[in-house]
Amino acid sequence: MDETANVTTLPTTPAVRDIAALGRPKSTAARRFREQMIVGTLAIAATFSILVTTTIVIVLARETWGFFHFPDVSVGEFFGGLEWNPLLGSEKHFGIWPLVSGTLLVTVIAASFALPIGLVTSVYLSEYASPRVRATLKPTLEILAGIPTVVYGFFALTLITPLLQKISPAFGSYNAMSAGLATGIMILPIVCSLSEDALRAVPRSLRDGALALGGTKFDVSVKVVVPAALSGIVAAFLLAISRAIGETMIVALAAGGIAQITANPTAEVQTMTAYMVQIFLGDAPATGVEYKSSYAVAAMLFVMTFVLTMVGQYILRRFREEYE
Amino acid sequence: MATPRSTATRLLTNRAFLAVCLLATNVAVVVLAVLLISILWQGLGSLNWNFLTHAASRKPAEAGILAPLWGSVWVCTICGLVALPLGIGTAIYLEEFARKGRFTRIVQTNIMNLAGVPSIVYGILGLTAFARMFGAFGASAEDGGFAIGNEESLFYFKLPFGSSVLAGGLTLMLVILPIVIIATQEALRSVPKSLRSGALALGATPWQTVWGITLPAAIPGIMTGAILAMSRAIGESAPLLVVGAVLFVLNAPENLMSDFAVLPLQIFNWAGRPQDEFHAIAASAIIVQLVALLAFNGIAVFIRQKLQKPLQ
Repeated sequence: MDETANVTTLPTTPAVRDIAALGRPKSTAARRFREQMIVGTLAIAATFSILVTTTIVIVLARETWGFFHFPDVSVGEFFGGLEWNPLLGSEKHFGIWPLVSGTLLVTVIAASFALPIGLVTSVYLSEYASPRVRATLKPTLEILAGIPTVVYGFFALTLITPLLQKISPAFGSYNAMSAGLATGIMILPIVCSLSEDALRAVPRSLRDGALALGGTKFDVSVKVVVPAALSGIVAAFLLAISRAIGETMIVALAAGGIAQITANPTAEVQTMTAYMVQIFLGDAPATGVEYKSSYAVAAMLFVMTFVLTMVGQYILRRFREEYE
Repeated sequence: MATPRSTATRLLTNRAFLAVCLLATNVAVVVLAVLLISILWQGLGSLNWNFLTHAASRKPAEAGILAPLWGSVWVCTICGLVALPLGIGTAIYLEEFARKGRFTRIVQTNIMNLAGVPSIVYGILGLTAFARMFGAFGASAEDGGFAIGNEESLFYFKLPFGSSVLAGGLTLMLVILPIVIIATQEALRSVPKSLRSGALALGATPWQTVWGITLPAAIPGIMTGAILAMSRAIGESAPLLVVGAVLFVLNAPENLMSDFAVLPLQIFNWAGRPQDEFHAIAASAIIVQLVALLAFNGIAVFIRQKLQKPLQ
């Protein structure tokens, strides 16, 4: 009797019993319930990101709506007006174009600095560089990517602007060129690393094929690999541009505070983000029209970057060249 | 098609392009070098122990960064404590559990969009949702809201949060959340499918597979992403400026509801003044900031190289 009991009651040795205690078999129902609880919690976490977007849209829409109901403000002037002077002067004007033009001027300068240099650097990194060169270049770019934007602002103010003033006395102590160049330095690592990812995703067989046909390294890189990775490169460009548009601290420090429509890089301009900094730093009363105008500007900014991101995503999906 | 050209011309183009490449690549290196040298040049002179341990002052010679330094530590700790679990949880759900359907696609697109939202817009969201709580509790804790404890107590808590450390930390959390999610997703994706199949074949439940197999394999990637996200958080200033971080504060935060300053905003404040003395101490503060940043990046590189074992 005892012997049979020994056979059927497992486990016998202490070690085996411990292991058994750890993984004590639960009923399937209990296990399934536990699983569902965990997955449910994770799903709630995932929904949070949707909640964030919805709240941003609602907050911006509501406050912008409120802004348009002030007596000094009209929707027509906001989208069509060429004057923005909410703080100075007896008559307030809320036409968004001076701020948009300031933002675009800084962005164009930044993009014309960073996009070509970034693209060529990424071609070099992916097609030419030896592993040793990569091992030093990649960390350099990573450090550049990690530097806080306020540091770039300081750099623009204390080094780039004085240098520009040495080149031409036309540059004021605040100017679009200095802020644009600093913003360009800021987005350079983004362009490099994203374009390089796109270039490296192009399969080796394409390169081998082009080389076998007698192409030089230049032919292979520029005429085969870059076109093959074009969708990824364009998406990288758009992302970098949208970062430049939303950049705040550099322009707040180096671009100045005069909202004006100009294409002159030596001039002082105010961007949308710099205006928001001015309002939130100042003592404008939280119910005043100036204060509320910053929400309308924020809404405009949100829409611009949102459209750029969506277009980038669309290009990535629609024009991706699938190999293999 | 293209007109045939002589081999000599083509080789020349080839050579010229390589030169252009080298030139462009060096721009990044030169810029970084110039930036670091100019900041060290301006800031090393006024960097000393007193600078780290003194409170703010109207006189540049006596000013220190004690309060903003601790403000940064508080804000980033709160930010990390909320953003990392939330972000990693979201990524696990999207990669390991969610059915690939319409909902998942919307969430995914939404996260990509959130990553592109300018940080100052998050500041506005933080101001409305955390600092003011949509006005649901009145204009402030004194005016219609409610509070537990007083400003000196360790567990002081009030609604709405006002321009407090907690509101600042949660706002930064919004900024880095998409970064954490995307980095974690990439880390999870790089775990070979065979590992999961093996665990499932042995009878593990989906969650046991994730907890026991997939997550441990993805940890180096997740930690690298988390550290890089945190290094973004310590450098971020625009959203905190909107939420209402103070530019001149004497004391380090004492509880979750304290007013706070952060290092990047202190730099912004000093850099924006016309006097050279303030530029010098701004540069000193930047050196402190960059040292912290390099330490973060160093840890990330270390983890990447030491812990990452090839799984295939």
